[in-house]
Amino acid sequence: MSALDQLFVALKHWLIGFFPAGPWQLLVSALISIGTIIGSFALLFAVVTVLERKGLGRIQNRYGPNRVGPYGFLQFAADGIKTLTKEDVVPRAADKLVHFLAPIALVVPVFLSYSVLPFGRNMVPIEMDGGVLFFFAVGAATELSVFMAGWSSRNKYSLFGAMRAIAQMISYEVPLILSSIAVIMTVGSLSPVTIVEAQAEYAGWLANWYVFTPWGLAGFILFMIAATAESNRSPFDLPEGESEIIAGYYIEYSGFKFALFFLGEYLGMFAVSGLAITLFLGGWSAPLSFLDWIPSWLWFFAKLFALIFLFIWVRGTLPRLRMDQLMNFAWKFMLPMALIDLVVAGVWRFMAPGPVRWAACAALLAAPYVLLGRGLMGKKKLGKRTYRYAD
Amino acid sequence: MLGTGIIKGMAETARNFIGSYVDEERLTTVQYPEERLPQKENARNFPFLVHDGDDRHAGLRCVACLICEKECPPQCIYIEKSKDKKPDYTGKLQFYPAIFDIDISVCMSCQICVEVCPFDAIKMDTEFELSTDDRFEGLLLRKELLAKSNAYYRKIHPSEAAEVDARLAAEKAKVEAKAKADAEAKAKAAAEAKAKAGGAPAAAKPATAPTV
Repeated sequence: MSALDQLFVALKHWLIGFFPAGPWQLLVSALISIGTIIGSFALLFAVVTVLERKGLGRIQNRYGPNRVGPYGFLQFAADGIKTLTKEDVVPRAADKLVHFLAPIALVVPVFLSYSVLPFGRNMVPIEMDGGVLFFFAVGAATELSVFMAGWSSRNKYSLFGAMRAIAQMISYEVPLILSSIAVIMTVGSLSPVTIVEAQAEYAGWLANWYVFTPWGLAGFILFMIAATAESNRSPFDLPEGESEIIAGYYIEYSGFKFALFFLGEYLGMFAVSGLAITLFLGGWSAPLSFLDWIPSWLWFFAKLFALIFLFIWVRGTLPRLRMDQLMNFAWKFMLPMALIDLVVAGVWRFMAPGPVRWAACAALLAAPYVLLGRGLMGKKKLGKRTYRYAD
Repeated sequence: MLGTGIIKGMAETARNFIGSYVDEERLTTVQYPEERLPQKENARNFPFLVHDGDDRHAGLRCVACLICEKECPPQCIYIEKSKDKKPDYTGKLQFYPAIFDIDISVCMSCQICVEVCPFDAIKMDTEFELSTDDRFEGLLLRKELLAKSNAYYRKIHPSEAAEVDARLAAEKAKVEAKAKADAEAKAKAAAEAKAKAGGAPAAAKPATAPTV
C-alpha cells in the first residue's frame, strides 16, 4: 500500500524503535495510541461544536458564531476558557463523591470504546476478537454515569432527566445491538477489523459495503436512529429537555464537570458513528475501487464528518419527541423492524445473488415498514396527538 | 407513510442551509456593533437637556424651575438653582441649574419630565450604549453630559423638534413684537411729553403707560 496510507503506522513504528524491545515497547505503543486518540478526538470535538453551531445557524438562516478567529472557528477556545474558569458549584445536599465521579465515569468508557475501532488500514489500537461486544459493553457503562449524575445532584429535575435517560438508553440499546447483529451474523465475526475487511472487497467497481444491500440499508437507518437516541441528541434529547426539565441530569453541573459531560456526549456520538461506519459503511475502505488511492484514514474521517453532518442536520430539523412517542417508537417500531432485518439478512445469505434476491429482500423489509407505520399512525401511537377532552 | 414528513422537513432545512450561502437576502441578522438599523423616530430611553446654539452654558434652556424634579416618579433628578441669572432665548433673565443630575440607574424612562417641562428644556434621548465600569458615578449623568445641542435633538426626533422649534420661534417673535411695540409706545409717549412740555412745567412722566 502507499506510504501515505501507512503514514501513521510507520510513524508509530519509528517512534517505538527508540525503545528497547519487550514490555517497554508495548507500553510506549499503548501510550502513543492513547495520546493520539485523546488528542485527535478532543480536537474533533472542539471543531464539531463550532461546526454544529454554524450549521444550525445556517439552517435557521443565521450566521452562527463568526466573531472569534477566522470565520469564528476559534469559538471553541473562547468557550473552553470560559468553562474552565467558571466556578464549580456543588449543591450542599449532593452526594459529593458520586457527583464528582459521574463525569469521569462518562468520559472514561467513551474513550475506551475508541480502542477497538479501525481508523484505517492496520490502524486499530487493540485488535480484539470481540471488539463489537467490547464496544457495546463499554458503551452501556455510560448509562451508569448518567444515573450517577442525576441521583447524586439531589434535584428533582436531574432525577427526572436521569430516569428518562435510563429508560431511553436501555430501550434503544436493544435495536442498536439487534441491527448490528445482522452484520455480525453475515461476517461471522465480532472483530471490527474482520468486519471492515469483509466489506473492503469490490464487486466490479462498487465496494461490498453492507449499506448497499436492502438489509444493510435498513440496518444502517435503524442503527443511526438508535445511535441518535443513545447519544441523547435531538430529536431524542428528552433527558436534557431544556424547555421542560431545564438541563436534565446536567442541571447541577457547572464549569469543568459540565464541559466533561459535554465532551463525553459528543465523543459518544463520534464513537457510535465510528461503529456505524465500521459495520455498514465499510470502515476505512473506499466506496469505488478506483478511489482506493486516497488514504484509508482519510476515508474514515470523511465518513465520520458525513455522519456528524447528518446528526447536525437532523438536530436542526426535528422537534423533540414526547416520552410516550419515544417508547412506542423503540418497542413497537424499532424492535420489530430490527428483528425482521435479522431474518432478511439470513434470507439474503441463503438466496442466490441476483435481482430476485434484491427484490425479495427489499419487499420483505418494505411491507412490514409500511404496515407497522400505518398501524402506529392509525392508533396514534406516533404522529399527531389528539385530545379526548380538550379541543 | 411513516417518515415522509421527516424527509419533507429535512428537505426544507437543507434548502435553508444551502440557501443561506447562496442568497444573502435570507440572512436577516444585523451584525450589531458594525451594522446598525436606523432608530425609530419614537425611540427613547433617558432624558437629556437641550441647549440652543453651541454654548452649553449660555444656550441651556433649563431655568431650574424644579418641576421635573418634583414630578419625577422614581426621583432620579437632582437640581440646584443658581444664585445669579442669565438671559434665556428671548433675552429675559432667568435662573439656570447650577447642578442638574440624572441617575440613570434609577430613571425608568417614563418621559414625565418631558411632559411637564414648560420650557421644552428636557427631552428624551435615544443613546443606549451607556454601559460603564462604575455603577455609581458612571451612571450618574451630570449637567455637562446631559446638555446636548438642539441640532442633535433635531437629528434624533426630527418632527418633534420641528414642532418645538416652531413654537419657540413664534413665542420669541411674539416677545420681540411686544418689546418693539413697548419701545414704540414709549418713544411716542416721550415725543408727546416733549410736545406738551412747551407750556406746562416739566411733568415728563406720562400718567399711565399705554396698554400694549
